Amino acid sequence: MATRGFLGRRPTDGEGERLPPGQYRTDDFPVLSAGPTPRVALKDWSFTLKDGVRPVMRWDWDAFNQLPQSKLTRDIHCVTKWSKFNTAWSGVMIDDILAEAGIAAPSEFTLAHSYDGYSTNVPTDDLINGKAMVATHFDGKPIIADHGGPARLLVPHLYFWKSAKWVNGLQFTNRDEAGFWELRGYHMRGDPWREQRFTGD
Amino acid sequence: MNSLSDIAPQPQRLVWQQATVVAITLETPSVKVFRLRPAEWHGFTAGQHVDIRLTAPDGYQAERSFSIASAPDGTGMIDLAIDKIDDGEVSPFFHEVVEIGDEIELRGPIGGHFIWSAGDGGPLLLIAGGSGLVPLMSMLRYRALAAPEIPATLIYSARRNEDLIWRDELFRRATQDPNFTLLATLSRETTPIEGARLGRIDRALLDAALASLPAPPETTFVCGSNRFVSAASTFVLDAGVPFASVRTERYGG
Ligand SMILES: Cc1cc2nc3c(=O)[nH]c(=O)nc-3n(C[C@H](O)[C@H](O)[C@H](O)COP(=O)(O)OP(=O)(O)OC[C@H]3O[C@@H](n4cnc5c(N)ncnc54)[C@H](O)[C@@H]3O)c2cc1C
Repeated sequence: MATRGFLGRRPTDGEGERLPPGQYRTDDFPVLSAGPTPRVALKDWSFTLKDGVRPVMRWDWDAFNQLPQSKLTRDIHCVTKWSKFNTAWSGVMIDDILAEAGIAAPSEFTLAHSYDGYSTNVPTDDLINGKAMVATHFDGKPIIADHGGPARLLVPHLYFWKSAKWVNGLQFTNRDEAGFWELRGYHMRGDPWREQRFTGD
Repeated sequence: MNSLSDIAPQPQRLVWQQATVVAITLETPSVKVFRLRPAEWHGFTAGQHVDIRLTAPDGYQAERSFSIASAPDGTGMIDLAIDKIDDGEVSPFFHEVVEIGDEIELRGPIGGHFIWSAGDGGPLLLIAGGSGLVPLMSMLRYRALAAPEIPATLIYSARRNEDLIWRDELFRRATQDPNFTLLATLSRETTPIEGARLGRIDRALLDAALASLPAPPETTFVCGSNRFVSAASTFVLDAGVPFASVRTERYGG
């Protein structure tokens, strides 16, 4: 049913098909976070890969930056309704992190952990085969803290809360364990094209 | 009226439904309050928001989020306070087109983190920039109904005196409620205004807020534009408030 008197602002040509349902385009870069921005010094930074409770490998900042570097330029979609096109990231593909650790993904489910104490769950399939990275640079520059620096997960084809900011580890789990946002009503997978914003969508 | 029974858990599934506009008030030159009666409403928790979906005749849709300003009060109605962003798509529609009797599609309540209920305890430190006051107003109104003994302090930053949303209500609550302190600051006024301080939020204002509470805040809620929340939460942490006790919500801008 149409809303009386609403005409709306149409996206320009070619833009509409890049916008998932309910999203609008912005050229700004808004921020979504549950709490303040944590202050993470590079000398204290580390990234840990875990299989269940067992640590598989851990990198400090210098070692992490020695890993193969890749670029991903993608449209991103935030559950608060904004989308931003052609965002240019670089960092280390999850595939390369696994290769460096000498393992194949051991389970279907992954939890991403962050320095702010929050977590999000992502199906492992959404992280591997060229789909996702741990990004350290945005637009050629180190990611600023408000946007998740020093390093954030980047899973651009899912709602952006899955791209955990201030990431400090990935943990493979046997069950699909809900992360922080997912325990609070957000969707377990979060595909913007199916408008999977909330539990039950 | 039992306000506590109106605190609802997150529904299993959020369904789109129609809500009728039953009242519209111009609160400030740029903020209108819309009282809505959703067809089916099972309550909410202070701090939560709803998603609004507008549909054009050709099927094009726009969605935005709006916090609930009223307390969970069992009336089956909710207030949204919408700040008009001049070049925006949705907020000018609400200001210029929406009338009493219109039907607006929404779903909710949404949000399981930026929320407060009496059982969470206090003291409460609330920090609002502009329309970021909305979810904090719901908490304050609900607290007055359900737990007026819990100490609460609100830092509220607005541009001008006339931009203070619910100005009279806030000052009245501050005068009448011994456990509530209001610290209003006006960033664009140049001449003194009674009851408010001039300038942006800063460390001194945070220290004053902390000093107004009998004990350190159990939870601090910060809401407003991106820039406001970044600046305010930096002062909060600098003032020694523990990281994990601070919750933020950012509106964009
Ligand atoms: C959880 C949540 C709760 C919210 N609650 C409220 C609320 O209670 N009251 C309310 O008025 N708004 C609230 N908002 C913001 C609201 O959802 C819209 O973003 C806002 O109304 C602007 O929409 P628009 O369509 O008018 O502007 P758009 O067409 O989306 O934007 C037009 C321009 O304005 C800029 N802009 C967008 N938002 C802001 C802003 N807040 N300040 C400055 N510039 C901005 C955009 O970047 C863009 O350049 C909330 C947002 C979230 C995420």
